[in-house]
Amino acid sequence: MKVLIPSALRSYTEQAYAEAGGDTLAAVLAALDRSYPGIRFRMIDEQNRIRPHIRFFVDGEQVFDLARRLDGVQELVIVQALSGG
Amino acid sequence: MASEIDQGAAQRGPTSVLLLVATRKGAWLYHGDATRQHWWVEGPHFLGHIINHLVLDPRDGRTLLAAAKTGHLGPTVFRSTDLGRSWQEAARPPAFAPAPEGQGGRSVDHTFWLTPGHADQPGVWYAGTSPQGLFRSEDGGVSWAPFSPINDDPQYRKWMGTVQDGTPDGPKLHSIIVDPRDAEHLYFAMSGGGVHESGDGGRSFAPLLSGIEVVEGFDGSDPTFHDPHCVRLCPTNPDRLYQQNHCGIYRLDRPSDTWQRIGRAMPAEVGDIGFPMVVHPRDANAVWVFPMDGTSVWPRTSPGGKPAVYGTRDGGESWQRLDAGLPAEQAWWTVKRQAMTADSADPVGLYFGTTSGELWMSGDEGRQWTCIAAHLPEIYAVEAAMGVEGAS
Repeated sequence: MKVLIPSALRSYTEQAYAEAGGDTLAAVLAALDRSYPGIRFRMIDEQNRIRPHIRFFVDGEQVFDLARRLDGVQELVIVQALSGG
Repeated sequence: MASEIDQGAAQRGPTSVLLLVATRKGAWLYHGDATRQHWWVEGPHFLGHIINHLVLDPRDGRTLLAAAKTGHLGPTVFRSTDLGRSWQEAARPPAFAPAPEGQGGRSVDHTFWLTPGHADQPGVWYAGTSPQGLFRSEDGGVSWAPFSPINDDPQYRKWMGTVQDGTPDGPKLHSIIVDPRDAEHLYFAMSGGGVHESGDGGRSFAPLLSGIEVVEGFDGSDPTFHDPHCVRLCPTNPDRLYQQNHCGIYRLDRPSDTWQRIGRAMPAEVGDIGFPMVVHPRDANAVWVFPMDGTSVWPRTSPGGKPAVYGTRDGGESWQRLDAGLPAEQAWWTVKRQAMTADSADPVGLYFGTTSGELWMSGDEGRQWTCIAAHLPEIYAVEAAMGVEGAS
């Protein structure tokens, strides 16, 4: 599926969109990390928790569960909520 | 300010001293010539990243490690083997072990401290994190693993407390020290949890607290209540350590395990609270501190708005105020625990970076100070390196 990468993570992908496949959000992020090593850990911590300020939307719906199945999903949007100084 | 110091590419020459400046918004390298009168700057590196520590590997003179995160992304470590001309991200940055199912495990918020391993162990590095954890790399910083049992030991976890117990931006494991005579002899300190020592290469650690005072009303025998700010070992006498603590300045002469509060000799109106501590590279009796206002609500500024370094030449029996060239008044910055250091030249050069983004140096062991750079972001760490391979 098509994955929109936030600007803060484009140092890994060097482009706004990446392609990654998988049945679940976890699988898509794992695939993304295989293509762009290190990118997953900037979003997901070592306890498999989504880091603060990172949000995932699949076809417009926000997803909080890494085990969420993504059957038929066309697009994953990764959002980095910018705040602070 | 910086008017006496030339800056810019026009002054570039061979590098004698390299300053590694880590800030809240990136990292900069300042190259000084043999006179330490002329400096040129290289950077920013990682603009926008929070860089807590930038350290050169003294064993090869060219490998740099940078502890990095941003305000919104997870932590990582960047590594350069060509003095910062190119960077690669660690394949496995410091991270706690996954917790068993159903138990809330800890996650590294940021790597705070980096220490190269023993001279006989090329490729070994240690890292201290927030929340407090100890990590080790055996491949030059490419991959990291939890080190020693302390990260998950119930007793150590109790002493470490939680994020609630830490400094405003999280409790820090810092001051990781490797005895230059013995790679198995290690020390580390925790901003919440005291100083600890291992004689078996990190397989076990024990607190080293005797003589250290704690805030009134708390139990000094409990490491939980100890707040070391910076611990340094004397290169010429590894049996001597100095410590700047939340509750004073101390010296420890092994084999004794009782710290002596040498800060009692500081002027009462200045006190002996502060964060950084710097030892002379060749004189175990000479150290420098940067006092901070630790009264009332802990303003964390220079006392009275009059910044000064204090130095001793007799192991803390007496202290001298060293403020020539520094602002005489209305200067409310201070210096963080990693942001003051020394080179190994003769006379020793001293350097510190301020919370207001100024970089100061003294080429005569603190007698006279000059501002090398201003308008940087808040400075978190300054390291000085000499004998840098290939720098020009």
